[in-house]
Parts: sequence; C-alpha cells; structure tokens
Amino acid sequence: MAAPPSTQQILRTGLWTNNQMLVALLGLCPLLATTTSAINGLGMGLATTAVLVCSNGTVSLIRHLVRPEIRIPVFVLVIASFVTLVELFMQAFFYDLYRVLGLFIALIVVNCIIIGRAEAFASKNRLDRALLDGLAVGLGATLVLTTLGGLRELVGQGTLFHQADLLLGHWAQILSLKLGPGFQGALIAILPPGAFIGLGLLIALKNLVDEQTKRWRSNPGAARTPPPPSRHP
Amino acid sequence: MKTKLRSILLSSAMLGAFAVWGVAIVALTHGSVEGRIAANQDQAMKRQINAILPADQITNDPLADRIQVSDPDRLGAPTSWVYRARRGDQPAAVVIESMVPDGYAGPIKLLVSVLEDGTLGGVRVISHHETPGLGDKIEETKSDWILGFTGKSLANPPLEQWAVKRDGGVFDQFTGATITPRSVVKAVRDTLLYVQQQGSALYAPAEPKQAATGGQG
Repeated sequence: MAAPPSTQQILRTGLWTNNQMLVALLGLCPLLATTTSAINGLGMGLATTAVLVCSNGTVSLIRHLVRPEIRIPVFVLVIASFVTLVELFMQAFFYDLYRVLGLFIALIVVNCIIIGRAEAFASKNRLDRALLDGLAVGLGATLVLTTLGGLRELVGQGTLFHQADLLLGHWAQILSLKLGPGFQGALIAILPPGAFIGLGLLIALKNLVDEQTKRWRSNPGAARTPPPPSRHP
Repeated sequence: MKTKLRSILLSSAMLGAFAVWGVAIVALTHGSVEGRIAANQDQAMKRQINAILPADQITNDPLADRIQVSDPDRLGAPTSWVYRARRGDQPAAVVIESMVPDGYAGPIKLLVSVLEDGTLGGVRVISHHETPGLGDKIEETKSDWILGFTGKSLANPPLEQWAVKRDGGVFDQFTGATITPRSVVKAVRDTLLYVQQQGSALYAPAEPKQAATGGQG
C-alpha cells in the first residue's frame, strides 16, 4: 500500500481536488433536492458532515474486526444508525430547520459519498486520518451545497441566506440579503433544472480554476494570465 | 466444510451484534430527546395558533381544549381537529385544521381561525406541495397574500364574491398560478360556512353527548 496521506493531502483532496460532489458527482439526490436556498444547503451539508465524521470514525475503529464479506452491510448499519441520531438531534434542537429539511435527512443513508468514504478511505486508515477525511469531504460537500443553494436562491428569489435564523440563531437575521422589490427572480433556478444548470456551472468553474492553476504553475514566469484566485485550502 | 460453517456463523453473529449496537444507540437517544421533540412540536403548533388568535384575550390553552369533528365536504379531510379558545368561560374563537383537497399538487393543510363573531382571525398554511415560486406564495414567509383573509367574514365580502378576481371575486390570484389561490379561497369559505352552521356547538365541552343542538343555520 502507498504511504498514508498527510493531513494536508487529506484536506486538499476532500475540499477541492477530489471534491466528491464536483468531481465524483456523488450524492446528487440531496444536492438537487435541498439546494433551493443557501441555508437549506448549509443545513444539509452540516448534517452530512456530522454523519460522515461519525461513520468514518466508527468504520476506522472496527476495520480490523469486520470480516470483508460482511463489511458493506455493517457499514450500512453504522451509517443508518448515525443518520437516525442526527435526525433525532435535529428534531430536538433545530426543529424549524427539521421541518424544512426533514424529508431529506433520512436520505443521507443512501448518499453514496458516505459509504464511498467508508469503503475507500476509512476502512483502510487510522482513526485520526479517517476523522479528518470525513471532516474534509463533508466540508467540501457543504461548500458546494451552500454555494449552489445561494446561487439558486439569489437568482430564483432575489434573496440570500433567507431564514438564516432557523439554523444559526436569532442574530443571523442580519445575514439575510434581499434584492430590490423590483427583482422578480428567474423561477427556473428554483425548479429542478436550475439545480442541474447551477451544478454544471460550478463544475465548469472548478475546471477553469484548475486549468489556470496548472498553466500558471508550469510556466510561472511567462504567464500572462492573472494568478488564479486562491481558493486552495 | 467445518471451517466454512464456522465462518458463516461468525459473520452472522458479528452482523447481528452490529444491528443490536445500532438499535441500542438509536433507542437510547430517542428515549433521551423524545420529550424535547414533543415539546418542540407543541411549541410550533402553539406559535402558529397564537399568531391567528387575539392571544392577549385568551385565557385557556386551545391546544388542550380540542375536539375532533368530521365534515369531509366542508373541511376537506375525513376528520379535522378543532381547537377552542375561550375568554374566561366565554367562547372567543375556534381554530380549525382544514384541508384544501384540490390544490395544484395535492392537498394543502390550513389552520383557519374564526372568531366568535364570525370574522376570520387569520389563516395559515401548515403544509403544501405547490410549485416553488408560483403556488407557494400562499406561505406567509413568501408573500402577504394569506394575511389578506384576516378580518374577512361571510358578509364581507358577500358570499358570491368569495373567489379570486378572475372568477369575479375579491381575492388576488398569482401570476402564473390561479388554481392554488382559487382552492384556498374556496376552502376558507367552506370552513366559515361550517363554523356558521355549527354555531355554539363547536364550543361545547369535549364530552360528545353534551354537544348542544344550538346551531344557527
């Protein structure tokens, strides 16, 4: 086996180079269904991150114990248990947000990102790295969910971080942004096609940034193109 | 052969152990947050009901003072909850969980508060599946449309004008969505008709036998 990845590698891979949503296109179901607003995306992303960290940690702890032939059902059991826990906690502590996202929380069980990380990473790595990987991949997903949600909300409704207080408490109402009353909004952004179009744009943007970075790195002196935005973690 | 059997048994025992572990942590957590969740649900319902009641005049807890009624033609659902608000021992208002059976995308659940004098204390949408951006303007968070019902009654506007403007009534429709507001207006009107027909019987104590026959019409 290759040398275990370093902390920096894990963070960079999870957040950017192998962002599971933009590169592997895993977890499209929650991505398309819940990103009608930035706060919905953020809530879904954080719930997914919580499940990912817990499941990665557990899978890593039991990786020597579980026999290979039953590992997938065991992973599914572990993930389903944690998703149910997150759902219960959400009902208990973020009830208003739960009423918005409730239906989709249970779907985290079948989010391929989570079982994908359990199988591809956590079952082969030490606890600390598995936890870090869960965090990095989860935050990478949260980033995409929130960005796409914000994009669709802004174009479709002319608001940003509307109802932020559902997730972040009362102070967060100051985050809410509203375009002028004349802005009608493009309905398509809120409807499912808007999710596909927005995701396509985000993937294109990521590829563009990667491309520019590569060109700039390989030929830094002569580069006439401006340096890429420092989106790298 | 022996080793294979042993391996199968071992695997199933392990899988069983994980299942037990999973059920155990979920059950434990459920047990510890159950009360909190129920309180949240109560609280959310109470907030919604209080928003459409003259809350400062109500002395009882409408959530505890509720009866189940059945009038599928007017209230949309096979059975509906009616929450009774009282001022001392005087009736103050009823809040009815009314269903709009013919929304654009399935049923819409409403809370309709009817004050004792027959005017609307307010209407709120509890749940719906209407098109985002079009029909979902019935939500209070999306537009002020639903607030327009407050203060209306069967006499104001007259019964035949209880319709959207396109049908000759007084209520606005939305650009691109007429079906949703049309159904909601009709459901609110039917709820008012139901309350008018039941009259003071709706405020009768919970015992079914004591339901008075003092309806107005």
